[in-house]
Amino acid sequence: MAGVEIRHLSKRFAQLNAVDDVDLSIREGEFLVLLGPSGCGKTTLLRMIAGLERPTAGEIFIGGERMDDAPPRARGIAMVFQSYALYPHRTVARNISFPLEAHGLERAAIDEKVRWAAEMFGITRYLDRYPRQLSGGERQRVALCRALVRDPKVFLLDEPLANLDAKLRNMARDELKRFQRQVKRTVVYVTHDQVEAMGLGDRIVVMDRGKVRQVGTPHEVYEDPVDTFVATFLGQPPMNLVELQGALLGFRPEHFLPVAHFGANEALRTFPLSVRRVEYLGSDRYVYGSVGGAGATVIAKLPATVATEIAEGSDMEFAVPERALCYFDAATGARQRR
Amino acid sequence: MLLRRRHGGTATTVKRSLADRENVLGVALLAPALAYVLLLVGVPFVLAIVLSFSTATAGSLSFGWAGFANYSVILRDPIFRRALANTAIVTIGSQVLVVVLATAAAQVFRAAFHGKRTARFVLLLPWAVPVSLAAIAWTWIFDSTFSVINWTLKVTGLLHGWLYWLGEPGLALVAIIIVQAWRIFPFATVIVLAGLASLPQDVMEAAIVDGAGFWRRLFQVELPLLLPVVSVAVLFGVVYTATDLSVVYILTGGGPANMTQVLPTLAFQRGVLGADLGQGAAIAVFLLPFLIVVAVAMLRLARRTEIGAR
Repeated sequence: MAGVEIRHLSKRFAQLNAVDDVDLSIREGEFLVLLGPSGCGKTTLLRMIAGLERPTAGEIFIGGERMDDAPPRARGIAMVFQSYALYPHRTVARNISFPLEAHGLERAAIDEKVRWAAEMFGITRYLDRYPRQLSGGERQRVALCRALVRDPKVFLLDEPLANLDAKLRNMARDELKRFQRQVKRTVVYVTHDQVEAMGLGDRIVVMDRGKVRQVGTPHEVYEDPVDTFVATFLGQPPMNLVELQGALLGFRPEHFLPVAHFGANEALRTFPLSVRRVEYLGSDRYVYGSVGGAGATVIAKLPATVATEIAEGSDMEFAVPERALCYFDAATGARQRR
Repeated sequence: MLLRRRHGGTATTVKRSLADRENVLGVALLAPALAYVLLLVGVPFVLAIVLSFSTATAGSLSFGWAGFANYSVILRDPIFRRALANTAIVTIGSQVLVVVLATAAAQVFRAAFHGKRTARFVLLLPWAVPVSLAAIAWTWIFDSTFSVINWTLKVTGLLHGWLYWLGEPGLALVAIIIVQAWRIFPFATVIVLAGLASLPQDVMEAAIVDGAGFWRRLFQVELPLLLPVVSVAVLFGVVYTATDLSVVYILTGGGPANMTQVLPTLAFQRGVLGADLGQGAAIAVFLLPFLIVVAVAMLRLARRTEIGAR
């Protein structure tokens, strides 16, 4: 087991700072998720840890050893690609054995390890098939298997669930997390999907334009965002931002409910909401409207348990509990503690 | 057919152009290729088979049924059997050389280096030069007195005797193989380069992360994935080489003593120069099963190793 230390790491592509002076300390055995919109540098950061990309500046330590000049095979890492990158001309068994062959293991030892890994992922009966004969979920397991047999110190996963259909994704997420708990290895996981990030990560690193915006547990980055980028990137729908006396007031749609819904002794901030449209989504209702006259669109997310009648075009009193309010600097977007 | 369309208050008529009529367009676009295949491939092909069963001679319009007489004559002819074997030797030999050289050259040309564009231009030259001109140049390179190859080998001390390239049957075949390989090699290199560019990048990176070195990546990942592309190059190479008349005709003329005849040169010699059209056609027809087998084998190979569907 080993953690990963990243110091002042930068990667420049021509005019673009893909990764811009990133410091990051990944703990041993931790499931760390790099989250951000496309182009934020999360994949470049992962590829630098893997050794597929050479940093422009900075240092990478894996298990305490300086690794930013070492070739990928010397780093003790394994990587799972978004497309799984299986060898199409090799059977499942020969895919899984490839890193072991490259490592010069004996045939008997290789067979034993392949069998062990295949059993762990329940793919023993596919061993003689070719990747093209497998479904997306099965291919993903083969890719994980191939990563596992190398017994790496760190697993690097690049959007491994992105190519699965939505139905499979929940299952695969659960499987992935159980797998990590079982092997107790450090995992660095790249995704742009906040649901995956929140569900899988011990900690989440939110990135934007090459820089780390916030590092924290899913709870911390969701409830306690450091700026408007993190606040609006996480959450579905995103946090509402309302300009008020030179500051930005932020509140999550699920905290924004009709006044009648709250208890009498709760400290509330009330807003008159001009309801423009109501969206019925089964488990929730989204109410679109504006507060304070010409203000920006805000969204209220009402769970099905809130039965209050809401008519489009009407004006209603909505409220947010004081404890759920966040204040941001209107100019910089940085969080203001009050 | 006319379509009426209102446009800014005035009615404009839009004529349906040829490009809108897919059934007509399809036939129109296919017609030149179809005509080419039928007139320049189909007709001569059928004619060759018909002639091979006839007693036809050049210069006369008489046509007599000969049955398998032409075939039984050539099958008993040692020169024909020599030509058949030579065709196989030259084709296989040159294509093996081409595959090795093209793969190596593609690796070189993949790397970035100074003067790459010029080098690529030079690489492609043999392909652009007319075969007959190139073959004439090669006769000088292999000349019994002035051979630059011999001269170079002598100067570097690698050769002590003297090589009569086109004068000894064995060496003459080697010379033919070299020229044929030289001719196809640029084309094959370009195809392999295109294949390399289309390899899935993440699979190559997976191999790097999995700890495979250069040779393991080359032989266990890259080349197997390139196999369909390489087999296409070989397929073209085989067809070009097996059916080529000019290189052997100019280089050795089939000599010495008919020892370097290949099927096309022998067919030309017997059928056109010797005026025995029937026998010439029968010789040429022997190319056919050879090429069909190769084509089927290559296409099957290509399908079997097709890069897996994603």
